[in-house]
Amino acid sequence: MNDAQIQTSTITVQVKFFASMRERLGVDEQTMTLPAGSSITDLWKLIAGEAKLPANTLVAVNLEYEDAGHVVHNGDEVAFFPPVTGG
Amino acid sequence: MYVRVQDQPLDPWEQMRQYRPGDVDDGSFGATAVCVGTMRDFNEGDVISGMTLEHYPGMTEKFLQKIAKEAQDHRDVLDVLIVHRVGELAPGDPIVLVAAWSAHRAAAFEACRYLIEQLKARAPFWKKEVMEAGRARWVERNT
Repeated sequence: MNDAQIQTSTITVQVKFFASMRERLGVDEQTMTLPAGSSITDLWKLIAGEAKLPANTLVAVNLEYEDAGHVVHNGDEVAFFPPVTGG
Repeated sequence: MYVRVQDQPLDPWEQMRQYRPGDVDDGSFGATAVCVGTMRDFNEGDVISGMTLEHYPGMTEKFLQKIAKEAQDHRDVLDVLIVHRVGELAPGDPIVLVAAWSAHRAAAFEACRYLIEQLKARAPFWKKEVMEAGRARWVERNT
């Protein structure tokens, strides 16, 4: 096996946090590098050290709602936020 | 179809007076249904003195465009409009205006209701309210 086969490929995503989620984490935006094939749950584990997303947390990937099992890709914009309260 | 998110004050009645339903001839619509959401000075038993409305630039507009298109794709709906405030608001300030035009009232009422319910359930906006003592809290439940 050569190096290329052994090496796990990684991806980079841009992560945004809104409202109470931003205040809780103390950051509004960050760049994260993680293994290719990672899901949103995997990404959250890296960010917060928690195995599961907090209850009621909403997630968007590239401006569309996705669920926690969605696999992220290189260059994606991922956003975590609490339930929405507009109108 | 017209969608806007604005940080400037919203006067819904001036907005309605100015708006010309796109591609709709005068005389073709018989009903205009309008819903205006206005900031209250009370919530969950507390007096509320102010509010900050946050959104997700890009996603919010995209979501509003999506529901506007869904409402307008109904065969009897001629046009729809959504304008939503962000930024600092005071009690009595209008938060949102949705409107729908149709030949007969049923489709206009349905489209207007669809727009405001979808917006409240899914559009990425968040309210942080300031109570009398200056304490602030994020609104967690949308009523």
